[in-house]
Amino acid sequence: MQESKLWLLHILCGVVVLVLLALHMGLMHLDGLLVALGVGTPDPTDAASVFVRSRQISFMIIYIALLGAALYHGFYGLRNVLLELSPKTALAKIINICCLLAGLALLVYGTYTAVWLVLT
Amino acid sequence: MSETKVRFDVLRYSPEQDVKPHMQQYEVPVKRGMTILDGLYWIKENLDQTLTWRSSCRMGVCGSCGMFINGYPRLACNNQILHIDKNRIEIKPLPNFNIIRDLVPDLDDFFIKHQNVKPHLIRKELEELDQPTGEYFQSPEELVRYIQFAYCIKCGLCFSACPTSATDEHFLGPQALSQALRYNADSRDEGADERSETIYARHGVVRCHFAGACSEVCPKGVDPAFAIQLLKGDMLMKKTRVRVSSGPSRLIPKTDEHVPNPDVPKAPEPTV
Amino acid sequence: MKDQRGYYRNKLGVSGWIRGGRYGLERAAYTLHRITGLGLLFYFIVHILVTGSRLGGPEAWEAAMVRFETPLFRFGEFLVFVAFAFHALNGLRLAITELGYMLGKPQRPIFPYVNSVRRQRPFFIVLMIAAAVLIVLGGADFYIIGH
Repeated sequence: MQESKLWLLHILCGVVVLVLLALHMGLMHLDGLLVALGVGTPDPTDAASVFVRSRQISFMIIYIALLGAALYHGFYGLRNVLLELSPKTALAKIINICCLLAGLALLVYGTYTAVWLVLT
Repeated sequence: MSETKVRFDVLRYSPEQDVKPHMQQYEVPVKRGMTILDGLYWIKENLDQTLTWRSSCRMGVCGSCGMFINGYPRLACNNQILHIDKNRIEIKPLPNFNIIRDLVPDLDDFFIKHQNVKPHLIRKELEELDQPTGEYFQSPEELVRYIQFAYCIKCGLCFSACPTSATDEHFLGPQALSQALRYNADSRDEGADERSETIYARHGVVRCHFAGACSEVCPKGVDPAFAIQLLKGDMLMKKTRVRVSSGPSRLIPKTDEHVPNPDVPKAPEPTV
Repeated sequence: MKDQRGYYRNKLGVSGWIRGGRYGLERAAYTLHRITGLGLLFYFIVHILVTGSRLGGPEAWEAAMVRFETPLFRFGEFLVFVAFAFHALNGLRLAITELGYMLGKPQRPIFPYVNSVRRQRPFFIVLMIAAAVLIVLGGADFYIIGH
C-alpha cells in the first residue's frame, strides 16, 4: 500500500485506540475512583467479573475493535522504528513481512479468544 | 578592552594520518564581541596553520560555517564566544555528515537530496521558461505563503539536529523537504505532482516525527518542521493549506503600450 | 570508521534519537514517545497471550492472575498506565500538528524568529499537565484506594 495511506491509517487507529483504551484503562485501573464516584464495578479482574463481561456482545465488539486498531498502530510503529535503522532492501522486506504476520497472528488469536466465550 | 583566555577544544582529523578524530586544545585571548569564527582565525594565524574549516561571508548569509559548538549546531560567524561560555568552547564538525578533514563536513549527500526534490520552478510551457516573454503574476498574499521557506541558506544545521537523519540514510532531511514545500507553495509553480513521488515515498515526509529540533536550530527562521507538517497535510487532504487553489500564476506579457505615471520623474540616461 | 574516500563516518546513530545535543522539549517528547510506544507494544503482546488464558475457564484465569500479583508486576502495571497517559496525550498532539493544524500560518521571518514549534507549545504544555493529572489519579487508585 502507498506509504501515505499506511500513515493515515496509523493516525486513525491511534485515535480509536486513544478512546477505547482510555475506557479500558478507566474500567480496569481507575475502578477504585469510579466506585467512589458511584459508577463502575469493583474488582474488574476478578474471574466472575471477567466472565460476565466476556459473554456480552457489546464488549466483544469493542474488544475486537480495540485489538485490531492497537495491533495495527503498534506494529506499524515498530516497523517504522526498525526501518529507520537503515536496513538493506532485502532485510527491509523481511521486516515488513514479519511485522504484518505477527500482527495478523495476534489478531486471529485475540479475536478467537473474544468470540469463543460469546459463542459457547 | 579587557581580554580573557578561553580554552578551545577543537576536533582534529587528518584522513592521511589519523585513524580516528581526536580533540586538540588551544588557549585563545578573547575580546568582547569576538565570534567563534574570529577565534578560529586567531588559532590559524597564531597557533596552528593546519586547522581547517569552511567559512565565507562571516555574517550569517552564506551557510558555510555550520559547526557543533558546545553541544548545539550553530553558525560559527553568528555566535559570540563570550555569549556561549566564558571558559571553554568545544567545536566539532556537524554531526550526521561524514568528516572530510578537521571541521569540514561532507555535504555531497545533502545536496543530492536537495536536487532530488527538483528545487526550481516547474511549469508546463517549457518555451516560456527558456525564452521568457513576460512576468508571472504573484500577489503579496501569495508571496507570504512560501517566502519564509525561501530564506534557506543550506547550512545543514537542521539536518544535524534531526533525530531521523541520525540513523536513516535515505531520509530526505528537513532542508530538502522544506525546499520542496517552498516550490509547491509558490503560486508560479506547477510541479507539485512531479515532486510528490519523491517526497511522499517511504523515506520522505512520513519519516519525520515532529521533534522540532530543526526549526529550533535554523539560523534564518525557515522553520522546516512547519514546512514538513504542511506537506503531510497536503498529502492527505489536498486542500488549500499550502497554496491557493485557483491554479498557477498567469503570465503578464510584456507590452509596449505602458504609459508611465506623469508624476514620476524620468530615469537618468545610462552612462555605460 | 572511514568510508572509501577516507572520510570519517559521523552519523550519530541511535544515540541521536536519545540526545543529539541540548534541544528543546519536543525532541525529548519524541524520545519518550518512542520508548513508551515500544514498551506499550511489548506489554500488549504479553497481555494478549496472558488474557487468552480465559479460554481455559475461570480456574485458568485465576491461575494466570495469581502469577502477576507480586509488587514488582503491580509497579510494572502502573508504569504501563503512566506510559499510556504520556503516549496517548502526546500522540493526540502529534495527530493534530502532523496534519498541519494548530501550527499558525506562514509569515515573513522577522528576528527574533518565532517558529511553529513555539506556537504549538502551549497546547503541548496543557496536554502534559493533563497527563500528569491522570498519572496522579492512577497512582492514587493503584496504591492508595486500590485492590
